[in-house]
Amino acid sequence: MIQYEGVSKIFGSGQEAVTALNKVTLEIEQGDLVTLLGPSGCGKTTLLRLTNRLLPLTSGTIKINGQDIMSVDQVKLRRSMGYAIQQIGLFPNKTIYGNIAVVPRLLGWDEDRIRERVDELLLMLRLEPDIFRSRYPAELSGGQQQRIGVARCLAADPEILLMDEPFGAIDPINREEIQKEFLRVQAQFKKTIVFVTHDIHEAIRMGDKIAIFQEGRLIQYDTPEITLLRPVNRYIADFVGTDRALKMLGLMRVAEAMNKKPKNIIKGSTSTQEALKFLEENDFSGLIIIHQDKPIGYVRQKALRHKNTEVKKIAEPCPVIVGIHDTLRDVMSNILMHDVRDLSVIDDNGDFAGTISYNDIQKCILSIYTGNRG
Amino acid sequence: MIFKSASSASIQAIEGERIGNVNTLNFIHENADMCWTLTLEHIGIVAFSVFLAALIAIPTGVAITRHDKIAKKIMNGANIFMTIPSIALFGLMLPVLSLIGHGLGKVPAVIALIVYSQLPIIRNTFVGIKNVPPELVDAGRGLGMNGWTRLREIEIPLAIPVIVAGLRTAAVMNIGIAAIAAYIGAGGLGVFIQQGIARAYEEMIMTGAIMVAVLAIFVDASMALLENILTPKGVKIGRTLGQ
Repeated sequence: MIQYEGVSKIFGSGQEAVTALNKVTLEIEQGDLVTLLGPSGCGKTTLLRLTNRLLPLTSGTIKINGQDIMSVDQVKLRRSMGYAIQQIGLFPNKTIYGNIAVVPRLLGWDEDRIRERVDELLLMLRLEPDIFRSRYPAELSGGQQQRIGVARCLAADPEILLMDEPFGAIDPINREEIQKEFLRVQAQFKKTIVFVTHDIHEAIRMGDKIAIFQEGRLIQYDTPEITLLRPVNRYIADFVGTDRALKMLGLMRVAEAMNKKPKNIIKGSTSTQEALKFLEENDFSGLIIIHQDKPIGYVRQKALRHKNTEVKKIAEPCPVIVGIHDTLRDVMSNILMHDVRDLSVIDDNGDFAGTISYNDIQKCILSIYTGNRG
Repeated sequence: MIFKSASSASIQAIEGERIGNVNTLNFIHENADMCWTLTLEHIGIVAFSVFLAALIAIPTGVAITRHDKIAKKIMNGANIFMTIPSIALFGLMLPVLSLIGHGLGKVPAVIALIVYSQLPIIRNTFVGIKNVPPELVDAGRGLGMNGWTRLREIEIPLAIPVIVAGLRTAAVMNIGIAAIAAYIGAGGLGVFIQQGIARAYEEMIMTGAIMVAVLAIFVDASMALLENILTPKGVKIGRTLGQ
């Protein structure tokens, strides 16, 4: 856990003094990834660099697991935390192995243990150890270098990682890939991470919580969902963008919005006449057919007329079926592309779990937006 | 008429030069032992002084990277010494070193060479280390390297090619200055030039001049090779890949 209490940082003195951070107080829980977000010059990088004493504090305290960082030797403090920066900063005179081994060597690990750890990290970041171990940074692509930067930061298995726009130097396509990979690693190891970014998308995608800064002040510190739906002021609202409801869709999962007990479903063994009656009584436009707990297709009113058989025999296959863990953004996209009102939702076993429609999504967003507001 | 005599004069001169060259080769051949001894002496003076100069200048260059204000003063000081003509410096040192009985000979020569070497070596060490990209220094600090470790693991290895280039400049320059030091009895290949002039012995002058020049070229090439050998492999790869 990292606690910042009344942290201020003033650069220079007298008339030229610039306040980079103004009485910032926030707490980062163990295992959380917190993104520090804001335009350049807002103080987010300063806060990161205060954390491992690359910059001296002007006032306030920073505590790591309850211990004031000023009471720890600064070199020891830094070795106990991972550090990754936008420019990557791989040492060109060292091999990939030598780069990743920096902190373990400083900590005096024996060479066998280091070798094992380096290979483990390379595999974790999907780089073949036998190929990459003895290469030099100059031989790697930007994306590969960035991964080595992450590996170096994880090398001594620190509890806390400080990352200053660690994926800032690569193109958007590779960035998304490395973000996903990093989240996969994070899900496994649950590090406490301070992650500086100026990219709202990255902040939303990566952060368990987002801290937004403006001119040295912490303006809002909330989960991505709340930040998007309830920005505390105009500045945050502008910063997260007018399309924030759409961004929200990328964060929310089908399970949160779906209709778990839809009425317009029917068993596959039902006769067509019975189904037609059920449909007309309830004024449904179509029915979803469930057979052995699986959604096997749908049927419209027109198809049911003048037929006399089981409905499963005349089922038209669903154009798209979504999973409960899919994002609402993907669902929305499917709704826009296909001529269906209700999409079938399946759980991890492939069993029918419910349906989801445009109305369900809107209701869900509105309930968070208005419900929490009052 | 004028035209004709001018051209015949130049032909004579060319013939004279050709004969002179042959005579110079004869001189070298006949005095091979002497040539060898003086060359070794020359190399000895230069190598010893550059070595001592490096012991002073490299640590100084490293130290001033940590103190920008002092850096400027030190380099200005070294620059002033560079502007003193070598003959004048020998003259200035004469009364001082006479007090300990070394007004002439190798001692003032080596001291002068050390003084002249300071600027190129200090400057290149300073620039080499200052040119290490700031993000590498930041990464080093952030990962928990202290000043010494950073120097040993990153800054010195990356600055080595530039530092060696400074030594190369100093060595080549000192070969020339050491030739002048023959006038204060330091020995070396300058002896041929100095005595040749005194005796109006053209072949002797030529021998001295040619051998000093060849030595300078040879040392320059060897130092270039050393520079290349000491450049870290990863940096060389980066250069060839154009990064």
